[in-house]
Amino acid sequence: MPSATPPPPRPSVVPSEGLATSAGAGQAPRTSGGRGAERDESATRTLLRLVEWARPAVPRIVTGGFTALGASLLALAVPQVLRWIVNGPILTDGSSQAVVAGALLVLALGVLEAFFVWCRRALVATPGTTVERDMRVRLFRHLLDLPVEFHDRWAGGQLLSRAMSDLGAIRRWLVFGLVMLLVSATTAVVGVVLMFVTSWVLALVYVAGAVPMVWLSFRFRQDYKVAARRAREQTGDLATAVEESVHGIRVLKAFGRGDDALDDFVRQADELRETEIDKARTLSRVSFALGAIPEAILAVALAVGVPLTAHGHLSVGALVAFFATAAVVNNPVERLGQLLAMTLDAKASTDRFLQVMDTASTVTDPLEPHALPPAPGAGSTVELRGVRFAHRSTRGSSEVLSGVDLVLEPGTTTALVGLTGSGKTTLLQLVPRLYDVTGGAVTIDGVDVRDLTRHDLRRAVAVAFEDPILFSASVRENVLLGTDDLTGAEADARVEEALEVASAGFVRRLPQGLATVIGEEGLSLSGGQRQRVALARAIATRPRVLVLDDPLSALDVTTEAVVTRRLREVLRGTTSLVVAHRPSTVALADRVAVLEDGRITGVGTHEDLLANHPHYRFVLTALAAHAPGDGVEERGDEDGVDGPPGGPPGARAQRAPRDAADDATGARTGRHDSGRAGVTPGGAR
Amino acid sequence: MSALQPEFRDRPADRAESRAIRSRSMRLLGSLLSPVAAATWLTVALVVLSQVAAVAGPAFVAYGVDHALPALQGGDSGPLVLAAGAYLVTALAGGLLTAWTVRLAARVSQAILLDVRSRVFRHTQRLSLEFHESYTSGRIISRQTSDVDALRELLDGGITTLAQGVLAMVFTAVGLVLLDWRSGLVLLIAVVPGIVLTRWFQVRSQHQYRLSRTAAARVIIRFVETMTGIRAVQAFRRERQVSEVYDDLAEDYRRTNAEAIRLNGVFDTGLTLIGNVTVATVLLIGGLRALHGELAVGVLIAAVLYARRFFQPLAQIGMFYNAFQSAAAALEKLAALLAEEPTVPDPVRPVHLRAPRADVRFEGVEFGYGTGPTVLPHVELHLPAGQTVALVGETGAGKSTVAKLLARFYDVRQGAVRIDGLDVRDIDPVDLRRAVVMVTQEAYLFSGSVGANIALGRPGATPEEIEAAARAVGVHDVIAAMPDGYDTEVDKRGTRLSAGQRQLVSFARAFLADPALLILDEATSSLDVPGEALVQHGLRTLLAGRTAVVIAHRLSTVMGADRVLVVDGGRVVEDGTPAQLVERGGLFAALHADWQRSLGATAGA
Repeated sequence: MPSATPPPPRPSVVPSEGLATSAGAGQAPRTSGGRGAERDESATRTLLRLVEWARPAVPRIVTGGFTALGASLLALAVPQVLRWIVNGPILTDGSSQAVVAGALLVLALGVLEAFFVWCRRALVATPGTTVERDMRVRLFRHLLDLPVEFHDRWAGGQLLSRAMSDLGAIRRWLVFGLVMLLVSATTAVVGVVLMFVTSWVLALVYVAGAVPMVWLSFRFRQDYKVAARRAREQTGDLATAVEESVHGIRVLKAFGRGDDALDDFVRQADELRETEIDKARTLSRVSFALGAIPEAILAVALAVGVPLTAHGHLSVGALVAFFATAAVVNNPVERLGQLLAMTLDAKASTDRFLQVMDTASTVTDPLEPHALPPAPGAGSTVELRGVRFAHRSTRGSSEVLSGVDLVLEPGTTTALVGLTGSGKTTLLQLVPRLYDVTGGAVTIDGVDVRDLTRHDLRRAVAVAFEDPILFSASVRENVLLGTDDLTGAEADARVEEALEVASAGFVRRLPQGLATVIGEEGLSLSGGQRQRVALARAIATRPRVLVLDDPLSALDVTTEAVVTRRLREVLRGTTSLVVAHRPSTVALADRVAVLEDGRITGVGTHEDLLANHPHYRFVLTALAAHAPGDGVEERGDEDGVDGPPGGPPGARAQRAPRDAADDATGARTGRHDSGRAGVTPGGAR
Repeated sequence: MSALQPEFRDRPADRAESRAIRSRSMRLLGSLLSPVAAATWLTVALVVLSQVAAVAGPAFVAYGVDHALPALQGGDSGPLVLAAGAYLVTALAGGLLTAWTVRLAARVSQAILLDVRSRVFRHTQRLSLEFHESYTSGRIISRQTSDVDALRELLDGGITTLAQGVLAMVFTAVGLVLLDWRSGLVLLIAVVPGIVLTRWFQVRSQHQYRLSRTAAARVIIRFVETMTGIRAVQAFRRERQVSEVYDDLAEDYRRTNAEAIRLNGVFDTGLTLIGNVTVATVLLIGGLRALHGELAVGVLIAAVLYARRFFQPLAQIGMFYNAFQSAAAALEKLAALLAEEPTVPDPVRPVHLRAPRADVRFEGVEFGYGTGPTVLPHVELHLPAGQTVALVGETGAGKSTVAKLLARFYDVRQGAVRIDGLDVRDIDPVDLRRAVVMVTQEAYLFSGSVGANIALGRPGATPEEIEAAARAVGVHDVIAAMPDGYDTEVDKRGTRLSAGQRQLVSFARAFLADPALLILDEATSSLDVPGEALVQHGLRTLLAGRTAVVIAHRLSTVMGADRVLVVDGGRVVEDGTPAQLVERGGLFAALHADWQRSLGATAGA
């Protein structure tokens, strides 16, 4: 797989130096043909690619263009009719009827012009919004298809600004900029032809003047294109800064860093302001040229034309006609500057859109997908063979996993233990292919996960993340997120069971019970609460393989004990991999695998490993941490320390009455925590 | 999506409310314009001058044909040189004026945009967590992006278009009235349907653009939420369902937009029609009068041309008005956001807390979130300076609430929280943030380098200090092993770092911040045992002589505290040293037993 687009640089809202926003640097996305071409194609070529999305609207845009041209030509015709009326009926001994007829003709033309105006609107505007929506939806689908690795690299604001403001700019250009550009250009050409018909000498003067205009416009394109692109990038960065300042609001508040974030944001906004003013400066140069030159040409034409007329080479009528025509032509010419700028802005936006659309997904479905064999009675077998994984990075790759061999036996639960940062979470995410291995293979019941469609694979494998992600939907919908086609009583039963296992009975005491909307747009739950809903969600899918990332980290000891006991029952028969940081989580597992330096260095029961595996002992008991302040390496090297984990030997015998009573009391104690949703472990059964 | 968010209601309740909303947004516009008033007026003046230059052109041509031509034929080239020369100068001047206008207009509009962006950012930072929890991040993002964009579209060329158009219309109308007042009268009559049409458009499009802003916000909220949770979307194969919802929202947005554009099309067409009918009418009346010799032919032609020209800028003004309506709807949203009052306001007369000892008292504190039920009915508490206090209790017992009140994320309903005898509501916010730092479970990393993320604890810290903080929590080796060490850019949300490492980084922040009162709210939940041990050790150094409030499920963290408070149902039910409480055999003793058991837990147990 060739490498995909490097992300745009992202300045931060945290006070940091040396994060120059050199937008455009490293913007060399892979094109569809893998040519690695620079995204600095001509505006025409880039904008032509819009046809791909605008195709359904093309006929109407073209028709709309013609009606716009019609309206603009009609506007030119009205003065001709006027002249005819005045020279005819009024100046000669005309009748009232002739005048009335003339006025009616003008009226008819006027109504026709209005009709054309309406036609352009009706023809172009609606399909324009359809094109915009289609592009927006296609972008969204593409983003959903792109792997997690892509999303890790791309700042949210950059994607959002592409989905909203860039597509808006493209739509406006399609329905207005493009049409007016063509109309203006055509009007100008027709006008110049008329000039040649009137007087070729004066027409030549006009065309000669047009040469520097064209040259200046071309120069302008170069300068403006760069600034336009930079402005778009900075807009995306600003959106990112806003997003982070809102998502990280608690940190900013906790440290009172709102002002620093503000300073940083204002600095970025000011950079954008500078770029926009830069753009205006470039635009002003071309505005000067497009404004002054045509008028100056007329001054020259006056100096040339009057002597020509004086010497009888040109009629007075032709002289007047030339100036009349030139006055009409100058309008669209002056407008060209703005329209050109709009076109280049649209080009920058299109580039940004295509940059994402042209990024091919690195985690794709196989051409000829295999089907997963029916689940064996005892459960599925998951095998990792020589699995390697390295984060792709611009600065060389750093290997996280370097040859992991691990077999998850059917129907058993394996705990994965290792120091923080040892790659446990990464390993876990390789199973549902949220990332792809860079070497080796992961198989489920003998089938390489890369030979399955992602849909089939992820139906078979369910995940609970340590950082639980819930969506703006009801509790019920969140729990049923991974179950397909489950309705009615069956779905209810599934939800009940999953919530029960996860000790998430608190949801029943939410304002609308299971129908309460949670997530970003709903009620905010505490970390422990969210974790339990996410756990319920994973359980509810009844997967063949369940991977849990430290699923109980935010639970208090009592709740954890309850959930652990229930989970063990449920997990029986489901092949599971559980990342564990603590002995209490290890208790879920039938056996433990130790991840150390990118490899599995030990597999066995908790007691075995505790007795025989120094690193395992260290990770779970920290008994080597007697040399505080020392680094990870030193910590890992210890071997001499042993002994049981802290706690009196008799601890296991003590059983708190509370725990025995379990959570049944929880529901009745009736404590609540207002809008935060009061919670006691477990719930009414 | 309920009554909680009034802005999602489709239509303001009544006219008065609508007017109030509109006037608030106009006040915002006024306050944005006032700092750049001088530049704005200068822009308008430049536009006037460039219009004059534009009008002057044809006059030179007319002079050339009418006077210079006969003069040249008579052998005098003076008038021609004069006409052509003056035209040339005017052309250049006109070009210069236009160029200057473009620059100045950009300067004005960009200054306004910078102003509004900064204001919104500052305000959202000032607003309390309570606000953020209900307003949603996506909506704030949509305010700062798509609403500001709408404003930008108005400002980009809006001012100049408006000034040009209005000027041209006024010039033309005055010219026509002077030329022939009867034709002028026709024109003025034609203005009446024009006003009616404009008014219709204003009312309809105002409503439409409000819908459009709301629809845009919905698309943005969904987009942000999906992209933030992309892992879960993919893992649970929600792509199709998520797309379907998004499709509907995108279609809603398209429909409201298309409707707004359609309205504008009707408006535009209507104006063209009114203009053309007026021209025909002027021609009819004038023509008949000319037939009877009541009107000179030249005047008739001029009158008709003037009438035509009068309506020409209307199309542009219509476009401007369209942009204006869209921006006005956006301004309403922005103004509404800016009008939100922080529920935790800065003190009017701030008291300084220069050398905090962090002696903490809760005096008769009663608290509940928003208008919700009471969470803490009555808390009396004294945490002497230098004490490390652990808060223990089940989820929802009110531990985090106590912490949030201490950090003044929320304000009490009754009573007071005092630090060194001062009510936290009176303490200078800068001093308060320096004295009190809270580390939460959610270890958010900002994009930027790892070093910068630690430096968040104390901006301006030297690299040595940053490294010392990282060493203290044991994350130095991890960072040193990264490609660029402390300069390594963290990925979005720090995904390159493990959850535990992220918590260590946020701990390092707290070390660097060096507060008098440190609050740890589940700040160690993702750490592994060695990591926690190391942090514990670091904390012992850090906490020596400091006040600390520790909330942790892990009793390993709690056992090191000087004192344990067991919170249940918003009340402190047990209070004592860990050892005392274990002995006493209450809730804490039960938790302790569970913990002991969990430590000994094994697979075979």
